[in-house]
Amino acid sequence: MSDRIFGAIGLLLAAGYAWAALIIEESFLSDAVGPKAFPLIIAVVLALASLAIFLKPDADPHWPSLGRLLEIFAAGGVMVVYALALPELGFVIATALAAGYLTWRLGSGALGSVATGICTSLGIYVVFHLVLGLSLAKGPLGF
Amino acid sequence: MDTLSSLADGFVIALTWQNLLLALLGCFLGTIMGALPGLGPSNGVAILIPLAFTLGLGATPSLILLTSVYYGAMYGGRISSILLNIPGDEPAMMTCLDGYPMAQKGQAGEALSLSGIASFVGAFLATWGLILLAPQLVKIALLFGPAEYFALFTLAFATLGGVASTNQAKTAFAAALGIGLAMVGVDTQTGVPRFTFGEVHLYDGIDFLVAIVGLFALSEVFIFLEHRHGNSDAAGKKVEIGRLMPSWAMLKYCTPTMLRTSLLGFLAGVLPGAGASLGSFISYSMEKRLVDKEGTFGTGDPRGVAAPEAGNNAAAGGALVPMLALGVPGSGTTAVLLAVLLALNITPGPLLFTQQPDVVWGLIAALFIANFMLLALNIPMIGMFTRILLIPPRILMPIVAMVSFVGIYGISGSSFDLLVMVGFGIMGWVLRKLDVPLVPVILGTLLGNAMESNLRRAISIDNGDWWTLIDSPLSASLWAVAVIGFVLPIVLGKVLKGRIKMAKDEEGSVTD
Repeated sequence: MSDRIFGAIGLLLAAGYAWAALIIEESFLSDAVGPKAFPLIIAVVLALASLAIFLKPDADPHWPSLGRLLEIFAAGGVMVVYALALPELGFVIATALAAGYLTWRLGSGALGSVATGICTSLGIYVVFHLVLGLSLAKGPLGF
Repeated sequence: MDTLSSLADGFVIALTWQNLLLALLGCFLGTIMGALPGLGPSNGVAILIPLAFTLGLGATPSLILLTSVYYGAMYGGRISSILLNIPGDEPAMMTCLDGYPMAQKGQAGEALSLSGIASFVGAFLATWGLILLAPQLVKIALLFGPAEYFALFTLAFATLGGVASTNQAKTAFAAALGIGLAMVGVDTQTGVPRFTFGEVHLYDGIDFLVAIVGLFALSEVFIFLEHRHGNSDAAGKKVEIGRLMPSWAMLKYCTPTMLRTSLLGFLAGVLPGAGASLGSFISYSMEKRLVDKEGTFGTGDPRGVAAPEAGNNAAAGGALVPMLALGVPGSGTTAVLLAVLLALNITPGPLLFTQQPDVVWGLIAALFIANFMLLALNIPMIGMFTRILLIPPRILMPIVAMVSFVGIYGISGSSFDLLVMVGFGIMGWVLRKLDVPLVPVILGTLLGNAMESNLRRAISIDNGDWWTLIDSPLSASLWAVAVIGFVLPIVLGKVLKGRIKMAKDEEGSVTD
């Protein structure tokens, strides 16, 4: 079943891709092939592959329970928030929070999570910023 | 003689204190990454590329660092195979078969150092093979025009699934997805934006480093979250290391095996679509058929440890031949190494050998240096590496995620790329669940633009005639190989995969 849904989404993706390729504005200065042809070929390959997946699906993978699935999306959400918060909070605080969250969800205890988060953040800051001189996000506090 | 003097020049470039230090660091980090389950050579190199890049290292030093990581990870994969019966990466799977029984017999130390020596022999001979074979391949590659290159790229994608691939449709899907993503951005030939949907950040296209780190490193974090697999596999399993050096008698006993499998592995590495996993599989099965007269393979025969290790390291070296000489990688890890080169603004291919020989020979010298260092590092320090296996993933995985963010942020300094990377991470997780290979996606984002521009150049030269793509004998034969390479696994794939599994299952029933 999963592969059928995957194949169907793939077909939609191919159609969307082909449509996006067709609306590319051609410039008056163009080579013999133009900017549209190759993306259209790719859209065809994508569609054929999706069709094959749809018609001849593999056995279903083992999908996690709803709780686990939410876990993964929550982690993805935390990473998104982390990316957006980096310039606001600065590297050290944002990283300590994100690393602490991840290790907590992977099964560390409360105290362990706080400690791991802070140590990871400070460790990376020391190694990559202070020793190697990489520029990291600066927050209002300057670190 | 010419080759030897070029090689000497390479050593002059590579042998500075800074480079030696980088090689040491790379070997050390690589071995750790290879040993830890979940962090293979592709992941390891992927995380470190942006770092090497943002640290402002020059081309040769970065290459030395990252190839050392690559070779180190190939070495490291065997440690958890032998001690825990869990392969650190896919090519190390065959090492479990005899390595783990040896460890149970109290010969873990011998198995580890023997496999270290076998890895060294395989990689050392393969590096010589690279030196001898790559310049020959370059001579052929110089005959290639744009049409031949387009055919060659197609060949690379068609055979990427490998002989053991089970579902070619999914491989094709992955390749098309990757190439499709590479199209995003301003078209280099006409200057019109494509697939950008008005988003200014997308005008430069999607940085392949963002895609690689997201697909490999972040998706691994999600996999661990899914299983909430936070405890170390090594916890609670205590293995006696035993004596460290194998006896001379054992080494002598294994030498013919190592030499044969090195050759076989190297050939498997050079051929498109085979790669290191197949190299170690073929090596093991051939040795088993050839020398296993008493039926000791699978019960802790030292030759069964030496064979797959020599084979997979030789294949890793062999895979560098098409990558350097043609610019077309044949396996996942070499695809990541290609990303290294592209990130450094070095385009591999025949011209690299004539225009930037210092890069090529510096790299080859670096391979030799890494090899000797790994041998020196692995035998005395094996105890330390085994202790690293005790670090639980619940601490390790957040570090992996955060270091990935640091590397990508260092390149662009914008949150946008980080968001794209998280998107790739989620996508990578979904694709892995659906059994879609990730390597073609990576290779597609890496090669998509080159593929398109070769196509357009070929057709423009011939005034818009599409038949030009197949009208030279060279390109026609490349197309033929591509088609065969794509269709063959549909027939053979199931058989081969079944046999690899069967070998593993048989072993499982013996040890349990």
